[in-house]
Amino acid sequence: MQTTGVAIPSSISQDAAAGQAPAVRRARRRTIAPYLLLAPTVIFMAVFFLWPMLQAVALAFQTTTGQFSLQPVQTMLSDVNFWPSVRNTLLLTLVIVPSQVVLALIMALLLTAGLRGSGALLYAWAVPLAISDLAAGIVWFAIFTQNGYVNSVLNAFGVGPIIFLSYESPVALFFIVVIAEAWRATAIVMVILIAGLQVIPRDYSEAGEVFGATAWQRLRYITLPLLRPSLQVALILRTILAFQMFAVVIALAGRNLPVLAGEAYTWYGDNHNVGVAAAYSLLIMIFSLVNTGIYLRVLRVQDEQARMV
Amino acid sequence: MAASTATLSNSQVIARRRRSNRWPLYVVAVVLTAFFVVPIYLIAVAAMSPPAEISAFPKTLIPRSISFDTLVYFLTFRGVLPSIINSIVVALLTLALSTLIGTPGGYALARYVFRGRDPFRVLILVSRAFPISILAVPLAVTFINWNLYDTVVAVALVHTTLALPTTVLITSSIFLAVPIDLEEAAWTLGCTPAGAFMRVVLPLALPGIAAASIFTFVLSWNEVFAASILTVQSHTLPAQVLASLNESPLPYRFAGGFVLILPSLIFILIIRRYLLNMWGRVVK
Repeated sequence: MQTTGVAIPSSISQDAAAGQAPAVRRARRRTIAPYLLLAPTVIFMAVFFLWPMLQAVALAFQTTTGQFSLQPVQTMLSDVNFWPSVRNTLLLTLVIVPSQVVLALIMALLLTAGLRGSGALLYAWAVPLAISDLAAGIVWFAIFTQNGYVNSVLNAFGVGPIIFLSYESPVALFFIVVIAEAWRATAIVMVILIAGLQVIPRDYSEAGEVFGATAWQRLRYITLPLLRPSLQVALILRTILAFQMFAVVIALAGRNLPVLAGEAYTWYGDNHNVGVAAAYSLLIMIFSLVNTGIYLRVLRVQDEQARMV
Repeated sequence: MAASTATLSNSQVIARRRRSNRWPLYVVAVVLTAFFVVPIYLIAVAAMSPPAEISAFPKTLIPRSISFDTLVYFLTFRGVLPSIINSIVVALLTLALSTLIGTPGGYALARYVFRGRDPFRVLILVSRAFPISILAVPLAVTFINWNLYDTVVAVALVHTTLALPTTVLITSSIFLAVPIDLEEAAWTLGCTPAGAFMRVVLPLALPGIAAASIFTFVLSWNEVFAASILTVQSHTLPAQVLASLNESPLPYRFAGGFVLILPSLIFILIIRRYLLNMWGRVVK
């Protein structure tokens, strides 16, 4: 390897900084070094990622003594909380993900519009970026609980107190979970979209403006189509995470708003039934994979469209 | 007026038109800022109020008095301090494991073209489509067999699984940014490949690797599902807070929420300059 390194003329190794120079490719193709370097990652992921996944399938289809059985899946399907948890998870995803993307788009456009103090705005809006779902749930619990801040403000106007977080008010519960998730995870979508906006040349939009396109038309026909790849990355990421939503819901609603990951947790922790917990996990995985597959398919088609435009 | 406009270039006209009527944008910006910042302020106020005021109603938006009693009550609550120590140990272990295992892989992706390179990249990306619960539940069974159940090592191993794909991708983009010329110059001057890596590449890549490891630390600190499944006694902080959440008094919950948030705030403060750059990398 040392000798091949010396043999590469410096003009070619300039290109090699981008990792694409043909000379480097040829010189280094036959070495086993990359495989040795990647081996630890591959072995680790095989033991702690691939193997558990296969095991989860096994656990969901066997009795506690290890014989093949549909019992865990049947227990899951006949559980009172099963259909509510499927419905809640899908509905929450359906409401949360689009609202996060729209909100993040507004934020990203505002930040790239050259407002005064954009730096400070970015910083303030990014604050929830590293906050955990559990902490976010607790924060919004403090705001909406019976003796919380919203009721304190309402009290000043002679209203309330309103009980938001109760099994008797499922709609309020649902939308407070939506607010908490929008608060916590919109920032990450915003960062993805800003990264996407930054590579769109300003000339396109300015050309549109010169030719009399309104702000809405410029957004609809110039910015959004060019932003598609970033939008899709954001959609895939957020949807997968929304399917496994857990601690926000537990902190705000306990089990009054059952979701899939929460049921997996309860079946493992409280009911000590690994099989049913694995079955719920499997269901989340199937949702995630099907959804990613759909997004990737849509992505491919739209990529071709984008190229044609 | 018309004549003076005509003498301006197109972009100047656009800039002028842009500057007028922008106040609605500022209004939206202020509303959004309030939405994101006020909740943090409120939980901080709650955690800094004396316990009696937390239970009081109606609450004031501006604290009447500042007191650390609530935080002290939370921190001295049975199991809380050990769980904070566990959280830090797990996060450091995760950071060490994922950096040691993932960095060579990142280097391979950055510097070599080899058969299986693109499938590997795709696999790394696809691994994110799998939920944490699919790993945590079966691994609980495995760890019981290995006598690792209910230990910080078990939690760190699962967190490493979560962090590793990202670590490989981030370090790969960091190594791509280190000019290959410098490395080759070191070879020419008699360094072994390993020596060149240690003396030339690593020092240049270190700031980026440090930034990536902050991300790993926060990921581990925040993770609650696997930590709750895999521990009974050796809870991490999120697992500890979650386990006692529904039967705990309000001061415990509010102080717990605030303590959980604190490292994230410090984290954002540290990386604010690299925010877009780094998270852009992390999420791609």
